Amino acid sequence: MRRLILIAIPYVWLLALFLIPFVIVVKISLSDTALARPPYFPQWDWSLGWAGIKDFFAELDFENFWFLTTDDLYWKAYLSSLRIALISTLMTLLVGFPIAYGMARAPEHWRPTLMMLVILPFWTSFLIRVYSWMGILSQNGLLNALLLGIGVIDEPLIILNTDTAVYIGIVYTYLPFMILPIYAALEKLDGSLLEAAEDLGCSRLSAFWLVTVPLSKQGVIAGCFLVFIPAIGEFVIPSLLGGSETLMIGKVLYEEFFSNRDWPVASAVAVILLLILIIPIVLFQRNQQKQAEAEG
Amino acid sequence: MPQKIFAPWDDPQEKPLIRFQNVTKRFGDFTAIDSIDLDIYAREFFALLGPSGCGKTTLMRMLAGFETPSSGTILLAGQDIAPVAPNQRAVNMMFQSYALFPHLSVWDNIAFGLRREKRPKDQVAARVEEMLKLTRLTKFARRKPHQISGGQRQRVALARSLAKAPKLLLLDEPLGALDKKLREETQFELMDIQEKTGTTFVIVTHDQEEAMTVASRVAVMDEGKLMQIATPDRIYEAPNSVYVADFIGDVNIIEGKAHQVGELVQLDWAEGQPALAARTDKNLGLAQTCYLAIRPEKVSISADRPGGANALQGEIIDIAYLGNLSTYHVKLPTGHVIKAQQANTRRISRRPFTWEDKVWVSWTETAAVVLDQ
Ligand SMILES: Nc1ncnc2c1ncn2[C@@H]1O[C@H](COP(=O)(O)OP(=O)(O)O)[C@@H](O)[C@H]1O
Ligand SMILES: [Mg+2]
Repeated sequence: MRRLILIAIPYVWLLALFLIPFVIVVKISLSDTALARPPYFPQWDWSLGWAGIKDFFAELDFENFWFLTTDDLYWKAYLSSLRIALISTLMTLLVGFPIAYGMARAPEHWRPTLMMLVILPFWTSFLIRVYSWMGILSQNGLLNALLLGIGVIDEPLIILNTDTAVYIGIVYTYLPFMILPIYAALEKLDGSLLEAAEDLGCSRLSAFWLVTVPLSKQGVIAGCFLVFIPAIGEFVIPSLLGGSETLMIGKVLYEEFFSNRDWPVASAVAVILLLILIIPIVLFQRNQQKQAEAEG
Repeated sequence: MPQKIFAPWDDPQEKPLIRFQNVTKRFGDFTAIDSIDLDIYAREFFALLGPSGCGKTTLMRMLAGFETPSSGTILLAGQDIAPVAPNQRAVNMMFQSYALFPHLSVWDNIAFGLRREKRPKDQVAARVEEMLKLTRLTKFARRKPHQISGGQRQRVALARSLAKAPKLLLLDEPLGALDKKLREETQFELMDIQEKTGTTFVIVTHDQEEAMTVASRVAVMDEGKLMQIATPDRIYEAPNSVYVADFIGDVNIIEGKAHQVGELVQLDWAEGQPALAARTDKNLGLAQTCYLAIRPEKVSISADRPGGANALQGEIIDIAYLGNLSTYHVKLPTGHVIKAQQANTRRISRRPFTWEDKVWVSWTETAAVVLDQ
């Protein structure tokens, strides 16, 4: 019995905090908008009994999903989100890998300090950090002042409210999620493997490609997923740093909910986003499982 | 048919494969290798023996190219190897930790070095199969390193380092992780492989039995210095110092003052005791402090006073039963404890001596080695 309860706890947790909300969102996505509170129809009417339930299900339909296909705003937003998430994941990898590599190569007594520096930004509110990027990137912000000051440019660069600012924001925000798993993989790497590779005829560079890269692959994959998955649904960064033409699904979602008060369409957008994300998440889990097997 | 004995080190015509010339290696102000001179010949199975931290691995790593000497030169086949990068040396190393690539199968681990040489595929495959057969790993070729046992991993590491047919193979404590029985088996396997391939092996070990078993010559190291380089039997029978005698096997050391007449040395070792006699070809000064080193198996033990040169009476204080042998610890009136070893040719109940028996220990003039350091 105790065992049963122990096993049940995580399932109850998942049920309460994931599955039930998800079912509610799906239900709303199948409803119609209404000028009411809450702003959708049908509502579950307990007083009518069995007939009420039948009526309720009769009113549900896929109209909102159909609507999403009629307006090209939505699929453009999905595609643009995918593109931005992919590109920024790649950029985060390009920035994060050398940092993780440097950390893993640093003298052992420095490593805790370096690790601390990587996670230090988490101690400040995410929102404040994004706002401060606005201060840095704006036309009369710190960056332009610096570049103008040392004479690299004559005219201030326009970075804020463009896609570039969004990329900077995402790379900056999610960098620790890329660095930490890669660092964990690289730190485990036994230095004598690289010597063995050299002993067997590798140059330093080919030893890196043939030994370091494959052995840090799991960390790279984990880091990429940890960046990609939140980046695709990112809302704060594109709305604060992006311009009017920066199209991301998180922003669309927000506008449907709060500006249009169209909960059913917003829910449909969210359900599709979740389906898009489930594919990489399943891949990610399969990868984790394979890793566990390989180590076990 | 008389067989030619393998002893290139005795032949002044022979050129060494490796020559250390006054090599020193310092880490900061710590001297790990202290002006070493050493010649190792082709086809030798050379063992470096010494306690942990005496610089064995450092010596190997200089040969492999992972460390450069602070001063002195290392010649490989007559050429200074200092400017040659590790990946260009005809030297392969079997690492103390094996350093197998965990993401590659046994087959790919062995093929790793061959592929770097850009050999054609079928040649690589043929060579890998040959190595697998040699190390009896054919059945495990598709497995990953974590799916095989410690002994098999060690053989993969050996196969991988042999695959490129190096001029020189370095083995850094290759058998350290194995249990005794497997280690002994593998020692013979190593000797067999060395004979078959004709590669020069340099093996590092801190196990003196292992060094004696496999090596054509043994170098005993202490704190970065070479104490003695000789064949296993010379190291055992004719150590050049108390350190070497003590490091290799069991030994009785008696300190005293020497009085030499020709080859015969009389050692005054304790007040009121007759001097001990030993033969030597050394020339010792009058009353010079020196040491007698006598192996326990060369000390005989008897109830009655024997005839020979050196006979001392004492009492048995301890008996170590080793199965085939027993070591008797005999305490002399002077306080010295002499170890004497005897083969157990009779059943234990018929053993002639037991605790607290008064016995005589004795050895011949030639049994003891006279050491002056
Ligand atoms: N890279 C290094 N930096 C500083 N000291 C070292 C280094 N490598 C080895 N040493 C020191 O040199 C000595 C010899 O080491 P090593 O050759 O590994 O000994 P062994 O293999 O005989 O046990 C040790 O005292 C060790 O601490
Ligand atoms: Mg060592």
